Amino acid sequence: MRRLLVAVPYVWLLVLFLVPFGIVLKISLSDIALAIPPYTPTLDLAEGWAGIRAFFSQLDLENYVFLTSDDLYWKAYLSSLQIALIATACTLLVGFPIAYGMARAPEEWRPALLMLVILPFWTSFLIRVYAWIGILSTEGFLNQFLLWTGIISEPLTILNTNTAVYIGIVYTYLPFMILPIYATLERMDASLLEAAEDLGCSRVQAFWLITVPLARPGVIAGCFLVFIPTLGEFVIPSLLGGSDTLMIGKVLWEEFFNNRDWPVASAVAIILLLILIIPIILFQRNQQINKEAEQ
Amino acid sequence: MAASGKDDVFAPWLDAKAEPLIKINGVTKRFGDFTAIDDVSLNIYPQEFFALLGPSGCGKTTLMRMLAGFETPTTGVISIDGQDMSTVPPNKRAVNMMFQSYALFPHLSVWENIAFGLRRDGLDKDRIAARVEEMLKLVQLSKFAKRKPHQISGGQRQRVALARALAKAPKLLLLDEPLGALDKKLRQETQFELMDIQEKTGTTFVIVTHDQEEAMTVASRVAVMDHGQLIQVETPEVIYEQPNSVYVADFIGDVNLIEGSVSSLAGGAELAWAEGRAPLVGQPGAALTTGQPATFAIRPEKIAISTEEPQDRRNRVQGKILDIGYLGNLSTYHVEMPEGPVIKCEVGNRSRIERRDFTWEDEVWLSWSDTAGLVLAR
Repeated sequence: MRRLLVAVPYVWLLVLFLVPFGIVLKISLSDIALAIPPYTPTLDLAEGWAGIRAFFSQLDLENYVFLTSDDLYWKAYLSSLQIALIATACTLLVGFPIAYGMARAPEEWRPALLMLVILPFWTSFLIRVYAWIGILSTEGFLNQFLLWTGIISEPLTILNTNTAVYIGIVYTYLPFMILPIYATLERMDASLLEAAEDLGCSRVQAFWLITVPLARPGVIAGCFLVFIPTLGEFVIPSLLGGSDTLMIGKVLWEEFFNNRDWPVASAVAIILLLILIIPIILFQRNQQINKEAEQ
Repeated sequence: MAASGKDDVFAPWLDAKAEPLIKINGVTKRFGDFTAIDDVSLNIYPQEFFALLGPSGCGKTTLMRMLAGFETPTTGVISIDGQDMSTVPPNKRAVNMMFQSYALFPHLSVWENIAFGLRRDGLDKDRIAARVEEMLKLVQLSKFAKRKPHQISGGQRQRVALARALAKAPKLLLLDEPLGALDKKLRQETQFELMDIQEKTGTTFVIVTHDQEEAMTVASRVAVMDHGQLIQVETPEVIYEQPNSVYVADFIGDVNLIEGSVSSLAGGAELAWAEGRAPLVGQPGAALTTGQPATFAIRPEKIAISTEEPQDRRNRVQGKILDIGYLGNLSTYHVEMPEGPVIKCEVGNRSRIERRDFTWEDEVWLSWSDTAGLVLAR
C-alpha cells in the first residue's frame, strides 16, 4: 500500500514529463525528412535487433551544432531572457503595491479584492490578449482617449513594439505576482510595525526594515512564477509584438509550423528547458527554505 | 497606609512633594459610540511598578496604548516627565513597550532584535555592541545571541522582548500581558525576575494584566479597572484587605459575599442578614448609613471552623459541610447555612499527616473576628 502511494507521483512524473521529454529529445537528435512524421529515423520494431541498432546509429547532435552556427538562436535566447527579466521587474513594481494595499485593506474587503485579482482568469487568455490589440492599436481606445484629452496630438505607436509585449506580460502574469506577495503580507503580525515604531522607526523606515524583508519569500516566489513562463512565452509576443520582437517561443513556433523542421524545433525546446531548469530549481529551494522557516 | 513618615518605604504617591512621571488628566477615549476610557485621572511616579488590572474589555490596554502613543485621547491630557504627549508620535517618545505577542522581528537574530532600537538612534557600533551585550547578560541570553526568534523557547522569546524594550533605557516601560503566553511555573519565576530587573534598572514599569495574582505579586500599586474607569488605585495589601467596593473585593482573590442591610454603625458596622440571626460585625466601608442595603465581605482564610460553638466571637454561624476541596497546601470547606447562602472557608494544612476533623454533612461552626470582614455599600 505504501509503495503504491509512493509510486503515484513517480508514475505521474514518468507519464507527464519524462515520456514527452524523451520523445522531444529523440526528435531533436533526428534528421528532417519529407515524410509523415517529418523526420528520420523512425523506430521499426518489425526488423528486430538490427532495426534498433540501425535506429540508434542514425541519431546525432547535428541539430544542436546547427543552433550554434546561426546567431538567430542565441540572440533569441538572450533577448527572451532580457524581456523576461524586465517584464518580471515591471510586474513586481505594479504587483507589490497592489498586494500591499490588499493586505492593509479592512478584513471584510479582502475576499472581494482577491476575487477581483482572480476574476480575469475566468475569460480565455487569448481573448484578453486580443482585447489589448483593440486598446493599443493606432486607432485603439488608448490613443483615441489620449487624443481626446489633448495630451497627445499624434497617435502613439504601441502595438507591435516591445512596449506592447511588456504591457501584455505584466497584465497576464500580474495575479501570479500579487497572490504570493499578498499571502506573506497578510500573515504578517501588525504588531511588528508598531514595535518598530515604538523602537524609533518612522513609518517609511518600518516599511523598508520590516515589511519588505518579511515579504521577500513572497516576492521571490512571485518573480519565479512570472519569469519562468514568460521566458518561453509565445502568444503575447506573436500577437502584440512586432517583427523585431525576438523571443525564443516565437522562433520555436516558426520552426515547427512555418519551416516544419521538427528536429531543429525540438533542439530549441530542449535548450529552453535546460535554461529553465536553473530558475525552477532555485524556486523549489526557495519554497523549501520558507517551509522550514515556518516550522 | 501611614508609611510616608519612614524613608525606607517606597511610597511616593503619599508624598505631596513627589513629582509624578506620568500625569493622566481627565482622559477619555471613544471609538465611535464606545467609550473605552471614561474620564480617567491618574499619577504614576518614577520607579514605580504599576499594574493596570481588569477583565478583558475594561480599557486597560487602550490606556497603555495611549501611553505608548498608538492611540490619542479623545479629550484630556497625558504628560510624561512634564511634557504634553498629545502631538508626540510613538517613535519620538522615551517610552518602550513589550508587546503581548512579543513582536520579535522574525528575520533578525536575537542580537539584531535588541540592537534594532539602538541603531535607529544612530549610536556608533561599539556602543551598540556594548549595550546589547549588557542587555543579553541582564536577561541571561548571551549564548543565544545568534539565534533567530523561532529557534528559541517561549520563555526565552519573552526575555528577548524585554531586553529589546529596555535597550534604549526608556523612562517608562510598558508591558502588555507580558507573561500571558508562559505556563504557570515559568510565569511565577518570571514575575520575580521582572521585579528584579525593574529594581536593577530603576525604570518605571506599567504592566497590563488580567491576572490578579500577577498584579499583586509584581506591582507597587494596582489600579483595578472596569468599564473604562478606575475603581481603586492602591497597594496590593490595601486592594486585598481594604477593597473599596464589592467589585474589587470580588475581582481580587476569593471572597464570601453575604447580602443584608446595615443595622447599626456603633462600634463597627453591623449587618442584618437573616431573620432571627445575630447581625454580622465588620469594619465599615465608605459612605454607609443605617438601614441601607449592603454586602458583607469576608475572605475564606479569615474564617475559623470548629465543632464546638466558639463563645468568644460575635461573628459565628452554624451550617452543614457541603463540599471539601483538598488543594494540598490548604483545604476548602463549603458550608451551607440553613438560610441558603454557602460560605467558603480555607484552613491551612500545617501538618503532613492530616487528622480529618470534619467530613461531609457535619454540622460545624464558622467564626471570625470583628475586624476580619468588611461591610460594603451596594
